[in-house]
Amino acid sequence: MSTSTLNEKGKRIHPHKFLLWVAMGSICMMFAGLTSAYIVKRNQSNFLEFSLPLVFWYSTLVILASSLSIQLAVKSFKAREMSRYRILITITAILGVGFAALQTMGFMNLESHGIHLTGPKSNASASFILIIVGLHALHVLGGVVSLLVMFLKAYFSTTKNYSSIPIEVVSIYWHFVDVLWLYLLVFFIWIR
Amino acid sequence: MSNEAVLQAESAIATHHEAHGEHHDHHHQETFISKYVFSMDHKMIAKQFLITGMVWAVIGGLMSVLFRLQLGYPDTSFPWLEDLLGKFWAEKGHITAQGYYALVTTHGTVLVFFVLTAGLSGTFANFLIPLQVGARDMASPFMNMLSYWFFFAASIVMVSSIFVETGPFSGGWTAYPPLSALGDASPGSKTGMDLWLVAMALFVVSSLLGGLNYIATVLNMRTKGMSMTRLPLTIWALFFTAVLGVLSFPVLLSGFILLIFDRNFGTSFYLSDIFLTTTNTALPNEGGSAILFQHLFWFLGHPEVYIILLPAMGMVSEILSVNSRKPIFGYMAMIGSLFAIAILAFLVWAHHMFVTGLNPFLGSIFVLLTLLIAVPSAIKVFNWLTTLWRGNIRFTPAMMFAIGFVSLFISGGLTGIWLGNSALDIHLHDTYFVIAHFHIVMGVASMFGMFAGVYHWYPKMYGRYLNTSLGYIHFWITMIGAYLIFWPMHYEGLAGMPRRYYDYSIWESFKNFGELNRFISTVAMIVFAAQILFIANFFYSIWKGRKVTTLNPYGSNTLEWTTPINPGHGNWVGEIPEVHRWPYDYGKDGKEYTSQTTPVGADESHH
Repeated sequence: MSTSTLNEKGKRIHPHKFLLWVAMGSICMMFAGLTSAYIVKRNQSNFLEFSLPLVFWYSTLVILASSLSIQLAVKSFKAREMSRYRILITITAILGVGFAALQTMGFMNLESHGIHLTGPKSNASASFILIIVGLHALHVLGGVVSLLVMFLKAYFSTTKNYSSIPIEVVSIYWHFVDVLWLYLLVFFIWIR
Repeated sequence: MSNEAVLQAESAIATHHEAHGEHHDHHHQETFISKYVFSMDHKMIAKQFLITGMVWAVIGGLMSVLFRLQLGYPDTSFPWLEDLLGKFWAEKGHITAQGYYALVTTHGTVLVFFVLTAGLSGTFANFLIPLQVGARDMASPFMNMLSYWFFFAASIVMVSSIFVETGPFSGGWTAYPPLSALGDASPGSKTGMDLWLVAMALFVVSSLLGGLNYIATVLNMRTKGMSMTRLPLTIWALFFTAVLGVLSFPVLLSGFILLIFDRNFGTSFYLSDIFLTTTNTALPNEGGSAILFQHLFWFLGHPEVYIILLPAMGMVSEILSVNSRKPIFGYMAMIGSLFAIAILAFLVWAHHMFVTGLNPFLGSIFVLLTLLIAVPSAIKVFNWLTTLWRGNIRFTPAMMFAIGFVSLFISGGLTGIWLGNSALDIHLHDTYFVIAHFHIVMGVASMFGMFAGVYHWYPKMYGRYLNTSLGYIHFWITMIGAYLIFWPMHYEGLAGMPRRYYDYSIWESFKNFGELNRFISTVAMIVFAAQILFIANFFYSIWKGRKVTTLNPYGSNTLEWTTPINPGHGNWVGEIPEVHRWPYDYGKDGKEYTSQTTPVGADESHH
């Protein structure tokens, strides 16, 4: 008998899901690069210390709620409750945009307290917050765009698609950016 | 259940065939646009990468000819240069200093990223992975197409930087700040640098999209029976290349993002206490560290040299085995050494930074890790030589280039042991010794891998052969030329001649190398001319070359030779063949070769 291979196993991961997992590894490396640059920089001179704005805690609640709503969306998709599904992904997308808006408020909050994120008076410690948190928010907005595509598909597509793979892929990504944010929050609290 | 079945089953439950239409290529019409321009066929995308890479190779090579002209003939005036290139590049028939640095920088960037990364793994990962693992296409053909078009966009931006008034970026391909971060630092740091950063960001996106696909395809899309240990070594090498790229390019991108903020938004990640004499101002930036960029850059930069080298290693392994009519020696050792190189690639970046004030204790750890790479490298060399040993060798042009690769890898690798030593590096750092080392071991060797791949798989790509006689001429001129160019540079470097200088004739210590520099420049021009010969051969043969008449012209075991001579989108007519054995059964049981699709006979042992 030939050796059993991956192909012959009954259950296999869908290629698109697998692609996502590799991509998430790649995104992790980018944030690993940035956070380790932060650690290196922090150990050098002239690193401003300040506490994180309270808004970042609110945004944490928002993104946690959005993770919950997208999970429910997947569940209702699988149960073919399409109207519920549409409402839930809409809520998720709005929460995603809300999250990005709250992060932006956090930046403005810092600026208003005289902690400059950019410009000649800025300190690298604040600029890092802008770049790391900002890049993360961009990744969340990328998730919102894909939700928008799903939403339009759910409304306007002339074909009925019963495959739950696309929404599962988006939901895995959504949970990923959620966990990534929790990591960043803990990182910024811990390493100040 | 094969992957195809997974995808097919899925489209079967969808009431429409739209979602996975690419698997039903027999039914739908292909237009010129969908076939040649926005193609989702991995074979066409591979050809797009290859030809774009070749255009870049000519541009980058021509640049090296131009700056070698300056290095070889610093006192001679070439008035036609000014007519041809204009005042910025060549004033009064001399390459200008600014032009020289722009040429060197662009040559480096283009050759490392656009030719030897996109042109090499872009071409062969796209072409070989689906064909050799037995897949109809990549995991996501659409992302694959995007990967090429991001590369194309990056190319356009990079080309356009050559034509801006202040010239392209001129601070070296490593783009160290502050030269890269301050527009006022030099003419090349102005618009040229902005375009450089945009081009590189697009390039990183392209590499990531490509790399994700390569990994997913190798792990998920193999045909029935194709276990990981039955993969040809080309696929293993391309797989590790993709892993390296996917894990290291994002770090480079994060370094670039910080650089963009330093350039455009006044942050101080890399800048501190700078006084600019060009504008007579002291900059407000404080607390930045230029070394931080070097860490982020070389964390990509070192894996990058393996991203360049591993595909060449994989293709050479395959070509050596096929043309020696012998199984590859030490298949598992080959995989193990690829794996070891991939791991070590991430742990040695600071050997580029021995003289940046790195803690000597830390330096000694990086010396140890760097020298450890000699072990897997030596295993590979040993296995290539033992594969050749007593083989029934067919000296095709591809085989010549593959053997040439082994030769270059040995002679370039040995000097790596010198440079990996932090004490020797104090003397050798930033000299021509470094240039000689990395050009031989990474530049020319990988080019040889690429040539070997093109000569070997050309019949599969275009259904025609390249002209063999021109191939031999191309090989010998390039092989001898490469050594004549780079061997003398070791000597110059040991004598202390620094790299990146514009004119050595004004230095008392380096004046005596004038003749040698002229010799190197002359050979460089001859070698460049030989590459034009190759390109002529390449394009002539697409339309006029000798036609391939048999399915398997080399008597090769791998799956790509079971496809039709001119495979359509989907590669195999009918079902994808099942694999029963490893790809290196050459000369087994008295048979010259045994294809992977041949079932294991009753008299054979377990595979």
